[in-house]
Amino acid sequence: MAAVRVEEVLAAAEEQEAEKRRSVTVEKELELEFDLGNLLALDRNPAPAAGLRGAGPRREALLRELARDNTQLLAARLWELPAERAGGAGGPLVAQLPEPTFRLPREKPPPRPRPPTRWEQFARLKGIRRRKRTSLVWDEEAKEWRRRWGYRRAGGDPARAWLAEVPANADPQEDQFARLRREKRERVARNELNRLRNLARAHRAGAAPAAPLHPTGHQSREELAHVARVARVSTASLGRFQPRLPKEPAEPPSRGGGKKRRFEPLLGDLAAERGRQLRLLRDMGAKKPVLDVTRAVNKQLRQEEAEAAAAKGKKQSRRGKRGRRQQRVGRSGKKSGARRQQQPQQRSAGGSGG
Amino acid sequence: MRPLTEAETRAVFEKLGRYIGENIQLLVDRPDGTYCFRLHRDRVYYVSEKLLKVAASVPRDSLVALGTCFGKFTKSQKFRLSITALDFLAPYAKFKVWVKPGSEQSFLYGNHVLKSGLGRITENTAQYQGVVVYSMADVPLGFGVAAKSTQDCRKVDPMAIVVFHQADVGEYVRNEDTLT
Repeated sequence: MAAVRVEEVLAAAEEQEAEKRRSVTVEKELELEFDLGNLLALDRNPAPAAGLRGAGPRREALLRELARDNTQLLAARLWELPAERAGGAGGPLVAQLPEPTFRLPREKPPPRPRPPTRWEQFARLKGIRRRKRTSLVWDEEAKEWRRRWGYRRAGGDPARAWLAEVPANADPQEDQFARLRREKRERVARNELNRLRNLARAHRAGAAPAAPLHPTGHQSREELAHVARVARVSTASLGRFQPRLPKEPAEPPSRGGGKKRRFEPLLGDLAAERGRQLRLLRDMGAKKPVLDVTRAVNKQLRQEEAEAAAAKGKKQSRRGKRGRRQQRVGRSGKKSGARRQQQPQQRSAGGSGG
Repeated sequence: MRPLTEAETRAVFEKLGRYIGENIQLLVDRPDGTYCFRLHRDRVYYVSEKLLKVAASVPRDSLVALGTCFGKFTKSQKFRLSITALDFLAPYAKFKVWVKPGSEQSFLYGNHVLKSGLGRITENTAQYQGVVVYSMADVPLGFGVAAKSTQDCRKVDPMAIVVFHQADVGEYVRNEDTLT
């Protein structure tokens, strides 16, 4: 008993050893392509076709095995890189990765060039070119080169200015210092406003670029509609007085770019509203079929029933009381048979008589 | 408060058309003034232009109702006609049902109309046609849907339902709180 157990234990241990050894080496048909700069390993081996179809634990196991093998190979390559100990003897072993060779695509589209600001347009028009300013200015009082603006600027600290001359055309009672401060505030505000305006203009222009029509003429319906809308708005009055095509819907200009749901104005043109509703009623009424099939069929059935009822009524009146009595009493074969033979004779007699 | 959109107008007209047919034109296009439909908090109101202009100056949260409420749009955008529209349905109704005095009470309590309570019914009423219910004295009591066509009404047994109840004037008392 003990011997068997020992053998078992030894066999198990040997198996484990073999597994450990096997786990380090991986065999692949095609060598993997490595880009260690991106920690990338490309496996171009064909995947086992049958195994990867459909979901299930088998597929999971296969995928996991694949991932493990490839990671093993990548790790092996990483261990081959030149490495050093960071932060002294006890620190972690850091490998020096080479430059990445695989070119990753951009996550977002490249930024489009912003449209020129109002000043830039004017400058281009007038041909004004930008003059490079020197960063330092000679300060006469301090007799040294000082910066143009900022800390220790050339003209002295504006907060410490102790003299403000009253210009010739100004009101003598006015506080000049207050005026200077106010004007500075106004200038700052105006600049900020212009900056924001330029930003808004750039944002608006960049958000909806006018897509050109395809030269071949194969456009989708949406594209055509968009281009038609852009063309309509490209008039001097921004499309307000452009005549519409017969079936083009009249849409009010949406300032949000079509994001917010808009309704008709509360007290808009009531006559137009009435016209629209009457037209809607007319269209709704026109769709009703002229012949209501169900009603026609019912009518037909009713007629047939009425006819059947009329015919039944006539038969019963012919048979009369005699028929009723005979049906009730006669049970035995002979008598009823005899009476039945008599009946048609009587009926025919009655028929000829009546 | 806003005008109805195309889809909403269609739903309202379809519902109204089941009761008054093409006479909706007479509601839309009236000789004695301009009347229009307006939507306020999911309820459809039929209101004259003069009143609308005055109501437009009331703040939205304070406005409870205006004109005549025809019905409301449910959460799934279905239109439900309410009893307050009876004044406009009754004169233009195409198919009418008269109820015997004995079962008037029953109808006003919200029950369906049985064959035993049926007085008269317009000829050629189809099944599931919208009908307006009157008392024998020609007083409009409410409206409903015909459960049987006129032909079938003659054949059916006395305990069968002939008109499904939709709305009756008893609701003015029963649903006093929720009616607008």
